[in-house]
Amino acid sequence: MADFSAGGGILNRRALLKASGVGLAAGFLAPAQAEEEWMTRAGESPGKYGAQSAFADLSRERVGGHEFGAGAGSSSTPLQKLNGTITPNSLHFERHHSGIPAINPDRHSLTIVGAVKRPLRFSYEDLHAYPMETYVYFLECSGNSYRNTLASPANVTAGALSGLVSCAEWTGVPLHYLLDEAGLESSAGWVIGEGADAAALTRSVPMKYMLDNAMLAMYQNGEPIRPSQGYPMRLFLPGCEGNISVKWLQRLKVQNTPAYTRDETSKYTDLLKDGTAEMFSLRMEVKSLITSPSGKMQLNRKGVYEISGLAWSGEGAISKVEVSADGGKTWAEAVLQSEPKSLALTRFRIPWQWSGAPAVLQSRATDNRGNIQPTRSAALQRYSRAGFYHYNGIQSWQVTALGEVKNAFA
Amino acid sequence: MPLRNHIFVLIAALLLAGAAPGAVGEQLSHALKPALGTKMSDVKASIVSPDGSGLPRGNGSVFAGEQLYKIKCASCHGIDGKQAGNLLVGGLNSLASGQPVKTVGSFWPYATTLYDYIARAMPYNQEKSLSVDEVYAITAYVLKLNGILGHSDTLDEISLPRVEMPNRYGFVELVP
Repeated sequence: MADFSAGGGILNRRALLKASGVGLAAGFLAPAQAEEEWMTRAGESPGKYGAQSAFADLSRERVGGHEFGAGAGSSSTPLQKLNGTITPNSLHFERHHSGIPAINPDRHSLTIVGAVKRPLRFSYEDLHAYPMETYVYFLECSGNSYRNTLASPANVTAGALSGLVSCAEWTGVPLHYLLDEAGLESSAGWVIGEGADAAALTRSVPMKYMLDNAMLAMYQNGEPIRPSQGYPMRLFLPGCEGNISVKWLQRLKVQNTPAYTRDETSKYTDLLKDGTAEMFSLRMEVKSLITSPSGKMQLNRKGVYEISGLAWSGEGAISKVEVSADGGKTWAEAVLQSEPKSLALTRFRIPWQWSGAPAVLQSRATDNRGNIQPTRSAALQRYSRAGFYHYNGIQSWQVTALGEVKNAFA
Repeated sequence: MPLRNHIFVLIAALLLAGAAPGAVGEQLSHALKPALGTKMSDVKASIVSPDGSGLPRGNGSVFAGEQLYKIKCASCHGIDGKQAGNLLVGGLNSLASGQPVKTVGSFWPYATTLYDYIARAMPYNQEKSLSVDEVYAITAYVLKLNGILGHSDTLDEISLPRVEMPNRYGFVELVP
């Protein structure tokens, strides 16, 4: 008998391979396989720069922003087509405010000015002489999943809905090395980071964040970061809203106050019900979603499936992910893959037996600071109904009796 | 790679060779920092703050701004600043209504931010093409469209930080 651990067919998380009588139709004999053409002649020669299989069909999806003009907008990671936790560089989400600049690194530098003893300029080449560090971090746009704040659920894929989050191994120079060399004045409380794109995107960073774990990132998953991620260098603030990790970083201005730039006042602030707005809401909240099965997928048979998804928190590491197949009435704890890393995506898995009856799949993440992912209705209580940043409500995927999987507000 | 970098790498290697075997996760010593930054003065358009720091000397009138706005801004923002999607004007007292309209007039807390953003990020696709006086003038005109300045007003580096925006006290700062 199947070993259930929650309602709606959630199986014991360690029982996937033991589940009997519910797997792929037993006794079905596949026809003998003919020799395929790739078995009988030499394939392509080694190439210079790899490409995906012609059959893999991986691509990002434009999320919007066309209305602002060429170059603006965003594209999202196809979370439902990936597994593990690392996002390939070609599929890392993008959000640009005036397009991707084509920067020649020989004509780009980082300057540190303002309340420092020695204003300094660093060339791209010289920065390679500094001690670098390597970490796996997620990056999430604070507008991720905004469509779940709207009045009706968008029937789209997990990636189109919540793919403004990605995870990579980032390598670069800890910023405290460079700030120390410039010599901080006693008044230094904030560092204003400015990009070299046409939008000159600029954000104010509290000094505490800068000296703690901020990085001047130059490599992503082992290769120089792509132009779309800030080549030749970007600011990286782990766990914080993506917008503050300023791409194409060209200047750090040290001063005693924030600059209150356009992108930290008019945008990227969170309107409350009383009409006031929260400013410098920098940390991304604990969050998760099931990536399989997920929106626009089709279940073509009853039986056992692996529910799999991603969880993360801007405040630390994921400590627990629970999964429900009955819309949150009962929950079972999923398996976390390997040791969850702080400020990185964590993969979770649990087996599920689909009986063919309608079901609502949900996941609920908890981090090691005790933060628990809220329900959608609780998440919406936090801000004005018109608010759309920092949404981290529980994602519901409705499975119909026909096996269709759809975004739902449960 | 310049010679000095080779020397640094060599010194670093010698220092590391003499040290105890490194533990996983151990950070490099501060003593190894190469100090390659070159001293410089800030020549690019400065970043402007609400106290006026970063503002260049200059001035522009609402009148001059109106002429510039028609040429440089109106195609995206509308002749009256009310083009949907790129709103600059309106929405006063709407923020708590459930259907908030966020504009320069209804939402932006500081007038200096307007100067800063226009100077470094506008006009779209012709960024950084405006002179200092043109930025003051367009800033003045957008504030006039919002009823914050009068039609005969002028802005400069002294008067701009003194402009009080309607939503100046509408924010809560979540600073660590």
